[in-house]
This record gives sequence, C-alpha cells and structure tokens, in this order.
Amino acid sequence: MESTWWLSASEIEALRLSLSVATRSVLLCLLPAILLAWILTRRQFVGRTLLDALVHLPLVLPPVAVGYVLLVLFGTRGPIGSWLQRLFGIELIFTRNGAALATAVMSFPLMVRAIRISLENVDRGLEDAARTLGAGAVDRFATVTLPLMLPGVLAGAITAFSAALGEFGAVITFVSNIPGETRTLPLALYSALQEPGGDQAAARLAILSVALGLGGLLLSEWFARRVRRVLGR
Amino acid sequence: MLQVAVSKRFGSFALDVRFALPTPGVAALFGPSGCGKSATVNIIAGLGSADRGRVALDDEVLLDTERHIDVAAERRRIGYVFQDSRLFPHLSVIGNLKYGQRRAAGRTRVSFDAVVHLLDLESLLQRRTQRLSGGERQRVAIGRALLAQPRLLLLDEPLAALDAARREEVLPYLETLRDRLAIPMVYVSHQFDEVLRLATHIVLMQSGTVVAQGGIGEMSLDRHLRVLIGPDAVGAILDGVVLGPDAKSGMTRVGVGRGELMLQCPATIPGTIVRVQLLARDIIVSTQMPRHLSVRNQLEGVITEVAEDDANSDLISIDIGGERIMARVTRAATRELALAPGMSAWALVKSVSLRAFPNA
Repeated sequence: MESTWWLSASEIEALRLSLSVATRSVLLCLLPAILLAWILTRRQFVGRTLLDALVHLPLVLPPVAVGYVLLVLFGTRGPIGSWLQRLFGIELIFTRNGAALATAVMSFPLMVRAIRISLENVDRGLEDAARTLGAGAVDRFATVTLPLMLPGVLAGAITAFSAALGEFGAVITFVSNIPGETRTLPLALYSALQEPGGDQAAARLAILSVALGLGGLLLSEWFARRVRRVLGR
Repeated sequence: MLQVAVSKRFGSFALDVRFALPTPGVAALFGPSGCGKSATVNIIAGLGSADRGRVALDDEVLLDTERHIDVAAERRRIGYVFQDSRLFPHLSVIGNLKYGQRRAAGRTRVSFDAVVHLLDLESLLQRRTQRLSGGERQRVAIGRALLAQPRLLLLDEPLAALDAARREEVLPYLETLRDRLAIPMVYVSHQFDEVLRLATHIVLMQSGTVVAQGGIGEMSLDRHLRVLIGPDAVGAILDGVVLGPDAKSGMTRVGVGRGELMLQCPATIPGTIVRVQLLARDIIVSTQMPRHLSVRNQLEGVITEVAEDDANSDLISIDIGGERIMARVTRAATRELALAPGMSAWALVKSVSLRAFPNA
C-alpha cells in the first residue's frame, strides 16, 4: 500500500465532524458553566459542596459510565430523551447533537473550573463601586464582572473545546460509532486501529489530534497571560 | 440634613454611632484607625448592613430597621470615593466617568464638562486607568462619583494612599468641590490637616462610638480632639473676615473676634470669610498691653479658663470677643503672671505662624 501523509476523505470528514461537535458542545456548556461558576463562587447555601462534587463528577468517572447514564436518561425511552423527542422532535441517540451532549458533560467541569478561577480574581470592591454608581445586580454583572472575567471564560472555552475534540468513551457509548454522524477523530483513530493495514491512517489521526490539542492549550495559556496584562497584575 | 443612628456588632467590636450633619456641609469622620469610620460610611452607602438603626437624608429614609426599610445601595444616590479609587480597569478614563452618569440620566445637577473642568481631567480622558498616577486616579474617582449625580458624597480616606506631594495636589480640588458644588460630603480621615482644611463639622469617633461632634470652630478646642491630635496641632480654628491689604507689610488684614490679625492669606477681597488657625503653642500671653515688640498681632481678651495640659504646661483659654482661643504656657509662667479666669490678657502671635485657608 502506498504511503501518504495526506488525509483521506473519510478522515477529513472525521475532522470536520469533530470540530462541529466540539463547537456545539462548547456553546451548550457556556451559559450553564458561567451560571454554575457564579453560584459556586458567590452563593452560600446548603448542599453547595454536593453540587460542587456533582459538577466535577465526570472528571473522575469512567467516561463509559457517563455515556451509560446519558443513554439511560436521554435514550428514546429515557425520561428526558422521550420528552425531548415528543415536544421538540430532538433525537440524540446516534446523532451529532448527542455526541455534542456527551462531550459537553465531559468537558463541563473543566470549563466551570476555569471560569471560577477568573471569577474569584474579580475584585468585589469594583462591584461595590458599580453599586454606588447606580448599577443593579444584572447591570453590574454584565458591565463589570463579566468583562473582567471574560478572558477566563474564553480560556475555559478553548480548554473545553480541546477536551471535546478528544472525548472517546462517553461518545461511543452514548451515540455509537457512525461514520459521518458520530465518528469523531478519536473514534476514527480507534476504528483505523481495528482495520488491518490501518496503522498509517491511525498515525495521521494521532498527529492531527496532538496538533489540535497542543494548539488549544497554547491558545488558552496565551489568553490567561493576556488577562493578567490587561488587569495590570 | 443627614441623620445617622446605627449600631452593629463585628465579633468583639461594637459600633454604635449617632450624628447629624446639616446639609450642605462637610462632616469629617475623624478618629484613629480601626475606630469604625469606614464601617459607618459603608452603612450610609448601603454597602454594609446595620443590626439596628436609622439613616435619613433630608426627607428620605434610607434605612430604618424597625420599619424594615433598607434602600438598595444602587438606588440611594450616594456617591462614594474609595481609598483605593476602584477605577474599572477594563474602561478608559472617559468610560469610568460616564459609567455613573449614564445611570443617572434625567437628573443632571453637574454636567460632564463642568466636572472635567473642575478636576482638570481634559488631558486624561482617553487614557487607560493603569497609566494614571495615584493623584490622577483619585481625581478621576471623584469625578466619576460626582457624575452619578449623588445627593451626598462619601469620601473614605481618599488621600491616605498618596504621598505628601500628591496629597497637596488633590486637596485644592476637594476645597473647590466643597465651595462650588454645595454637595454635602462625609469625609473620613485620620489626618487632622485634611480635616482642618475641608470640614465644616467634625464627628469625633473612638472605638466604635461618637465621643464629640459639632462645628469645626467649637470642636477645634475640644478635649477629646486635643488628646487625639497631640499638643503641637492643638489650636483654635476661627472664621476671620478679610479687611484688606496692609500696604506696608504686603500682608492681609483679617478681623477675628474684636481684634485684627495680619497674615498671608489666600483671599484678599474685603469681606471674604477665611478660616484661620492659631496654634496654642505659638501664642504668647501678656497681662499688660505689650509695647516695643516685633509681634504684629495682638488680640485683647479676657481669660476664661486655666486648665492643666501636662506636667509642665497649662492651656489658657482667652475670649477675644465672642471667639475663644487657647494658648499653651509653662506652669511657671502661669504662676508668675498669676493667670486666672476673669483677668484681662493679650494674646501675641507672629504672622508667620498663622495659617489661613479658604472657607466653606
């Protein structure tokens, strides 16, 4: 077999699908992550520690277990899945939206973590200053808190995006491995390894994954530095 | 009128303050560090809570724990200048200035241009806040608070983070503010020099309570204040009337009580009221009409009180015609001259040791 470093059509499809799934996943996470980060940083309530643990659970669970739980909840006969299908006609099983949900759940803790750190660094005194200048709660959040934590939100989004590109276990368990619909880069890599003579395809996909991951982490670090510079720290 | 009567417990520290400030006016909350000054202004602003009490500004009740009234800080329309300025780092100077102004639309009392002019901010408008000096930061913070069109301005040690030179740079702006805008202010400080120049009222605080309060003139010789500021800063603060220039000396003649002083004065137009400080340590007491002396300033009066100051000196109060001044003399001199209430006396003071400031 002829050796080539160019990506095949199916590999390019896997790359495009991965980018599409990761983008959906980040969009799905963003608002809930900001809200949860805010609640966990700023609110004192009973059960806060439990909520914190729940958010971080996907980090320590086997991804296959997360996929299984999603299958139970969001499957065609699951309590949420059947409801989504009846009311909105949304299908999650075997679809890229389902893949996006699975990666979203897996990368959610990473995003919450990054946003929380940036929120903890926002000087509460500035919010007090905004209050004395006539800004109510939502106004102050939108005009002072959010802009000051925005670089952290972006860094969190990039990290979550990179993690979403690499998610394997939860995706394959929840939405299976369908070419063109749910076969993302890691799944394509896995499939290549299963085929006789697929070594070179696997190598290409592995290099691509490394490049994407490294690029994401560097970009995220660059944002983190920018925050410190902009805020004069 | 600003009326404050609040109490709050912080662990072992109990805050319990009551005072009233006629508006417009500048009340200095004066006292040692940790006496509860900042906690008090935070309660007035609505940023801190009180266990019990009432805060009212003119006719509006802002806080009344008994009637469960607690107006949110963002609706109190009380400006706040913080010690650390707290400019928004993601906004330019102009963005900071407009922040409060936008939220106060429809009730303009001070215009943007007026504030920029008053505080000399033209050259700073486009700058990033990180590029400002300490003094410039505080000027922008003051402007930002003013543009929110507050009914009351709170200043929590606005000059404390600045060195002496920067402080001198910002102080005149605060004097201008007081004289031009007639906006009531509560000024927190532990520097008596700032209080002397800015305040019309002093609220003296110590370990969580108000120990004395009143107009700056009557408070200037208060027993508690004397202890707090130390012997060298004790002295009467009087309102004087500019009488006119003295052609021979080039100084200004200022009337205080029944007498007249000659001094370097920031105002020279006859009729202007200025604030004059006569430090007790700089005043010499004579029981006879003095002659053949270089001292230009001789105030005639009657001794009203002889009080022990410390082991070796006494404080002699002299009524100079409706106004009281105080002189520090050695105990030996008190005995030798047999100084006692009811005696006529002349207070002598060198022009160079007198200080005058623009008055509110």
